[in-house]
Amino acid sequence: MIAVEARKRLGSFSLDVRFSAPSTGITALYGRSGAGKTTVVNMLAGLVRPDEGRISVGDAVLFSSHEHVDLPPERRRLGYVFQEARLFPHYSVRGNLRYGAPRRPRQRLITFDSVVSLLALAPLLDRPIAALSGGEKQRVAIGRALLAEPRLLLMDEPLASLDTPRKAEILPFIERLRDELRLPIIYVTHAMAEIVRLADALVLMADGMVAAAGSVEDVTSRLELAPLTGLAEAGAVIRTTLAGHDMTFGLSELAFPGGRLRVSHVTLPLGTPLRVRVRARDVALATTRPTGISIRNVFPARIVEMASAQAPLVDVRLDIGTPEQPVALWSRITQRAAQELGLEVGRAVFALLKAVALDRGSYGQFEPAAGDFRDDEAG
Amino acid sequence: MSLLSPLEIEALSLSLEVGLLSVAASLPFGLAIAWLLARRNFPGKILLDGIVHLPLVLPPVVVGFALLVLFGRKGPIGAWLYDILGITFAFNWKGAALASAVMGFPLMVRAMRLALELVDRRLEEAARTLGAGRSRVFLTVTVPLMGPGILTGTILAFARSISEFGATITFVSNIPGETRTLPLALYALTQVPGGETAAWRLAALSVALAMAALVASEFLARRVDRRIRGLA
Repeated sequence: MIAVEARKRLGSFSLDVRFSAPSTGITALYGRSGAGKTTVVNMLAGLVRPDEGRISVGDAVLFSSHEHVDLPPERRRLGYVFQEARLFPHYSVRGNLRYGAPRRPRQRLITFDSVVSLLALAPLLDRPIAALSGGEKQRVAIGRALLAEPRLLLMDEPLASLDTPRKAEILPFIERLRDELRLPIIYVTHAMAEIVRLADALVLMADGMVAAAGSVEDVTSRLELAPLTGLAEAGAVIRTTLAGHDMTFGLSELAFPGGRLRVSHVTLPLGTPLRVRVRARDVALATTRPTGISIRNVFPARIVEMASAQAPLVDVRLDIGTPEQPVALWSRITQRAAQELGLEVGRAVFALLKAVALDRGSYGQFEPAAGDFRDDEAG
Repeated sequence: MSLLSPLEIEALSLSLEVGLLSVAASLPFGLAIAWLLARRNFPGKILLDGIVHLPLVLPPVVVGFALLVLFGRKGPIGAWLYDILGITFAFNWKGAALASAVMGFPLMVRAMRLALELVDRRLEEAARTLGAGRSRVFLTVTVPLMGPGILTGTILAFARSISEFGATITFVSNIPGETRTLPLALYALTQVPGGETAAWRLAALSVALAMAALVASEFLARRVDRRIRGLA
């Protein structure tokens, strides 16, 4: 368990956070710029000192104003991947990678060779830093942090300075850290797509405070947090299992409790657990089952909650699951439509979703916990 | 048949010895003062900055006189050094090195301080998160990144040292074989009738030495710069 409780005043900005994160998987720290995400990560790393509070990772207390503990950064054993790589220009790639490696390695899992192969660094080893592309630099920075054998990896918007193809180049490597090394990661981002793809837990920050913390599905399904997740990004995250491929039409089916989502082909093996983000603006509502319509995803739903978003809009929270396993979905429609259709809490409706609204950025694999929904047909 | 006369060789080698000793001895102090001025805030910082820079603006004779008063055999520091450590700077080549070091010190500190202010502190932070303590960060990240500045400061101080005249002659006088460096030997020659030819030769030697130092500095600075920018 990673437990953070910290207060700090920085000029007119004051930070007061309290959250805990699981010691496995990726915990995303999400919020607008200026919310204090980087300050929190710097406090964890020991680069910013809280005025008061307590920070611990597992059994290790890194900071405690009460117990007068304040480990210097070099003794915290946290890896830090910065937004701008921060590689040492006077060392080669190999020199950078070796910089933090302990003389007597503690773990067998993270060896020089394994990190080089995990991050595909072999062709870069003897290159000077100036000859690397942005994506390559970030890979080297990740490898350098890993070789210091951290107990926790901090990543501060590691993809923010990269263009879309470079982002796509790095993402699989971060997934491998999570899945192969089983290293807990605190991941700062303001991109919902990265959260869906990578994170299991989500800490939502606003104005120097933690607005919500929990699983990605829970936090994103809460209507009152919509203003914080951003207008265009607002939406629900659904856990599904890849249940079937339709080769004729190049489609895939994702099963969730209560139904199946038909989407463009996903090139992953059947049975893969997939987290899908469905944006509220991509979901339409109908009071009767529509016919003669191109939309293939029509789900019987029940209205759970309604909240007015921005002026002419209203966010409708739906349940498209089973009575035992509710599945939250959001729809963002105009207030006029809501009124004309007579929508109200408790009413049964149909939720419509266009398959093309989902793209690669909408999916993320995850590690299914015991008791998670599994589709029998997926085998 | 040697190219240089024994007297010229004596003055030249003395100049080099004095220059090397003064630079080597002031290097760690220069680094420490540059670090204090660039990275720390403390009461009296402006005063320290002023004192370090004084030799740059004072007449060298004043510096020499101050050294004579402080470091002479009966001076407050000189007497103490002689009684405790048995070291004396009065009228010997070590005194010439001290005078050179003091005169060259502001140039050395200035160059190092500028270089230190340009070092990206975020790289030092990154090094610390990788498990390196303060001293290791300083030696493996800070110093290499300020390499060109250290080099420039060192060469400037060395060049200042081999051209030092006023403070040296005031502090340790003009003693052949002991404190008579190139400029002092040149000065002595201009004071005797018929010394012009020899003086010309020494002047040419000084020019050659200064040029060599500048060229070497430029060459080395480029190499170091290429290395720390990862282009070598």
